[in-house]
Amino acid sequence: MKMPWMIADEKTTNMSPSHAEQATAAAAARAELPAPIARVHDLRLFYGATEALHGIVMDFPRHQVTSLIGPSGCGKSTLLRCLNRMNDLIDDVRTTGQILMDGQDITDPAVDVIELRRRVGMVFQRPTPFPKSIYENVAYGLRIAGVRDRATLDEVVESSLQRAALWDEVKDRLGESAMGLSGGQHQRLCIARAIAVNPEIILMDEPCSALDPRSTARIEELISALRGQYTIIIVTHNMQQAARVSNFTAFLYEGTLIEFGATTQVFTTPRKKETEDYITGRFG
Amino acid sequence: MTPIRHGTRFWRQGEPLVWATGGTLAFVLLSTVLLIGVVLVHGLGVFWPSPVAEITLADGTRFHGQQVQTETHPGTGGVSVQFKTANRELDPQRLDFRWVAQEALHRLDYPADVMVVERLENGSFFGCLERVDAAGLDLPADVPVLEQLVAALTAVRSERAARIAPLAAQIQTLNRELQRVQDTLLRLRYRRQRSVEQPDAAADANATCDAAIARAAARQQELQARSDELGAEQRAVAAALRQATAVFRLPSGDTHNVAVADMVRVWQPNAMSVWAKCRHYAAKVWELLSDEPRESNTEGGLFPAIFGTVMLVFLMAITCFPLGVVAGVYLGEYAREGPLVKTVRIAVNNLAGVPSIVYGIFGLGFFVYGIGRLLDEWFYPHLVEANKMVFGTGGLLWASLTLGLLTVPVVIVSTEEAIRTIPQGVRASSLALGATKFQTLVRVLLPMSSPGIMTGFILAMARAAGEVAPLMITGVVKLAPTLPVDTQFPYFHPDRKFMHLGFHIFDIGFQSPNVEASKPMVFVTTFLLVLIVLVMSSVAIYLRNSMRRRFQSRDI
Ligand SMILES: Nc1ncnc2c1ncn2[C@@H]1O[C@H](COP(=O)(O)OP(=O)(O)OP(=O)(O)O)[C@@H](O)[C@H]1O
Ligand SMILES: [Mg+2]
Repeated sequence: MKMPWMIADEKTTNMSPSHAEQATAAAAARAELPAPIARVHDLRLFYGATEALHGIVMDFPRHQVTSLIGPSGCGKSTLLRCLNRMNDLIDDVRTTGQILMDGQDITDPAVDVIELRRRVGMVFQRPTPFPKSIYENVAYGLRIAGVRDRATLDEVVESSLQRAALWDEVKDRLGESAMGLSGGQHQRLCIARAIAVNPEIILMDEPCSALDPRSTARIEELISALRGQYTIIIVTHNMQQAARVSNFTAFLYEGTLIEFGATTQVFTTPRKKETEDYITGRFG
Repeated sequence: MTPIRHGTRFWRQGEPLVWATGGTLAFVLLSTVLLIGVVLVHGLGVFWPSPVAEITLADGTRFHGQQVQTETHPGTGGVSVQFKTANRELDPQRLDFRWVAQEALHRLDYPADVMVVERLENGSFFGCLERVDAAGLDLPADVPVLEQLVAALTAVRSERAARIAPLAAQIQTLNRELQRVQDTLLRLRYRRQRSVEQPDAAADANATCDAAIARAAARQQELQARSDELGAEQRAVAAALRQATAVFRLPSGDTHNVAVADMVRVWQPNAMSVWAKCRHYAAKVWELLSDEPRESNTEGGLFPAIFGTVMLVFLMAITCFPLGVVAGVYLGEYAREGPLVKTVRIAVNNLAGVPSIVYGIFGLGFFVYGIGRLLDEWFYPHLVEANKMVFGTGGLLWASLTLGLLTVPVVIVSTEEAIRTIPQGVRASSLALGATKFQTLVRVLLPMSSPGIMTGFILAMARAAGEVAPLMITGVVKLAPTLPVDTQFPYFHPDRKFMHLGFHIFDIGFQSPNVEASKPMVFVTTFLLVLIVLVMSSVAIYLRNSMRRRFQSRDI
C-alpha cells in the first residue's frame, strides 16, 4: 500500500495556480470535519486534451450530506462521477491524483469497479427505472450480485422501499411494471434501488431537477432521513435545497474547488467573494 | 388595419399534403387488397364443384364441359367461351380445355346424371355412368349404378389396402436394407482400393476385406432379386385390380371405360345439394393440406411443399436470429465508433440490397460445393468415390443457411437500432449498481430492445418465406420423394432435397406442360403461401406486442 501523502508531495511541483488556495480551503474544512470517508487529493481530470477538474482537494465527511454547488459546466457531475468511476464509460477520459477510500486509491485502474460501484451508489437526474416489475427493480442490484434467496430479497426490497418512502404507495403492486409509476415515484424507486445494495456512499446528481415541488419535498425528507446511515453527496442547482438538506457544502467554479465547509458557514459567512456572489445570485 | 385575407389558408395549412399522404396510403392498401382479392377469388373457388354442362354446338357436336371464362376478342368483338372438357385421352391433341365462339353455341343443358371422375392419371373425366363391369368383385346387383360404382370403389380400395399396401411396405423395407448393403459395399470397396495403394497393408486384412465384399455383393443380389420379385407381384395385383371398370356414355354417343382403380373420387355436380358441395369442398381442402401431389403437381395435395416451406423458414430463423442479434449487439453496444464500424454498418445495410439470386450462387459455391463437399470427403469418402453426394449437393440445410445469410442483415440492423435507441441513462443506472456490461446487456438492454429485434425478425421471416430464386440452386426440387423428417434414424435429414410453395408456384405456373390445367393450383398455392406467411408473422407480431407491453417504457 502506497502512502497517499507521499505521492501528493511528488505532485506539488505541478500545482495549478489556485492549488495553494484550494489546499488552504480544504485544510480549513478538514479541521472541522468528522472522520472522512473519501479523501480527494489533487484530482485532475481530462476530457481528451481539456482539463475539466484542476486538482481538487477535499475530504467527504462520513455519514453526512455534502452538497456540491456551482454554475453550470463547473465540473460538479464530473467530480461526482469520479467517485464511482462512471467516467470510465466516457471515451478519452484520464485522471491524475488520488481518491482514497479506506486508504485505497480508487482511481487505480486495478481497482474492481464493480465492487466500487456496489459501495458507491448513484442516483441520476432523470429517473431510469428498468422495464421490470417494481420488485425486480429494487432487487436488481442484489440479483446481479448473485443473491437468490427469496427471503433475503423480500426483506431487502421491503426495507429499501420503506426507507425510500415508497413502500406504502406500491406495497400492493410490487409485481406490476415500474413503468406505471409517476415521475416522483420513479425517482424514489431509483433511490430505493440504490440503497438496496447497501452502499456506503450515495451520489445524487440533481435528483430533483425533473420533479414537482411535492415530490422534491419528499425526496428531501428522504435525504434527511438517510443521513446518519449513509454518506450522501448531492449536486444541486437549488440553493435552498442545498441549505435545507446538506450539512456540508462545496462550491466549485470552473473545475476548481473554491470553498468547502459546513453549510451554515458557507451560506451565512462565505470566505470567498465568488461564493458570496454565487449564492446571492449575482452570477452563475 | 387591413383585414386579414382569407383564401390562402387552404395552401398554408398544407391540406393537399395531408390528402397526398392519405391518398398514397390508400393506393398501397388498394393494390394489396386487389392482389389478395384476385388470389382469394381464384384460389378459393377451385375446389367448389361447379356444374358440368352438356354443350350442343350449332354443327351438332355435343360434349360435356365446365365453363371457365369468357373473352371478347379485341378486334372483331366476338365473344368466345372457354370450357374445361376433361377426358384428355380422348382428345387428339390431349387437351382438356376448349375455346368455343359464342355464336357456335347452340344450347347448354345440365343433366343431373353427369359425373365428374377425379382420376390418378389423365386429369378428370366427364361422362354419364352406364354400368359397372366388375366381375372379380361381388357387387350388389339390383341397386342403382351409382351405388354400384361407390361399392366398387370401396371394394377396390379395401383390396388395395389388403394386398398392395403390405407389398409396398415390404418393398420399402427391402429397399432400405438394400441401400444399407450398397453403402457397406461402397465403403468396403473404397477401403480395399485404398489398401491397394498402400502396399504395406497386411495381406490377411485384404483377404478379410475381399471376403466381406463378396458377402455384401451376394446379399445385395439376393435383396435385389427379392425386391424385383415383390415388385412384379405388386404390379400383377394392380393389373388385376384394374380389371374392374366403369362404363361411361359420352354425349357423342360413344362409351368409354375407366378403371375403378384409377378413380380418386366421383361426384355428380349438377345433382349435388349445397351441403354435399360443402362436404366435397372440405374433403378437397383436407386433401390439399395433407396429401402428396399427383399428375406433375397439378392435382392432389401440397403437404410436402407446406412442410418444406415451414421447415425452411424455421431452420432459417434458428440460424439467422442468433447470428443477427449477436452481430447487432456487438455493433450497437461494444464496437467503438470509428471508420471501420461505419464501413461495416454501410456494408451490412447494403447486403440487404444484394439480389437474392446472388445469395443463391454464394450458397451454392460456399455451402454446397465448399463446406458440403468437405463434409462429404470427411464423413463419406466412399460415396464421393462413387460420385454420390450427401452434403455436397443442394439440400434443406444449405438452402436455409443461404436464406439465413440473406435475411441476417435485416436482423442486424434492427437489433443495432433497437440497442442504440435505449437511453444512455439506463445503461449508466445498471452499471452504477455494480452490474457488468454483460449483465446490463442480458438483463436490461436485450429485454428493452426485444420488440425492435422482433420487428426486424418479422421482416426477415416474411422475406425468407417468399424467396424462391436462391432456393432453386441450393436444394429445392419439383417433387421430393421423401420429407426431411421421417421415422428413419436420425429422423431429421437436413441434407435431403425438399419442396417449397414458392417454387411450386413457379414450377406449375411456368414449367408445366399443361398450363390451363395447372392454373387453379397456382392460385391455391399462392393463397396457401400468403396464408402461411400471414400466420407466422401474426404469431411473431403477437409476441412482439406482448414484449412491448412488458418491456417498453412509458416516457424514456
Ligand atoms: N463527456 C464529455 N466529454 C467532453 N467534455 C465533457 C464531457 N462531460 C462534461 N464535459 C465538460 O466538462 C466540464 C464539466 O462538465 P460537468 O458535466 O461536470 O458540469 P456540471 O457542473 O455538472 O454542469 P451542470 O450543472 O450543467 O450539470 C464542462 O465544460 C463540460 O463541457
Ligand atoms: Mg451536471
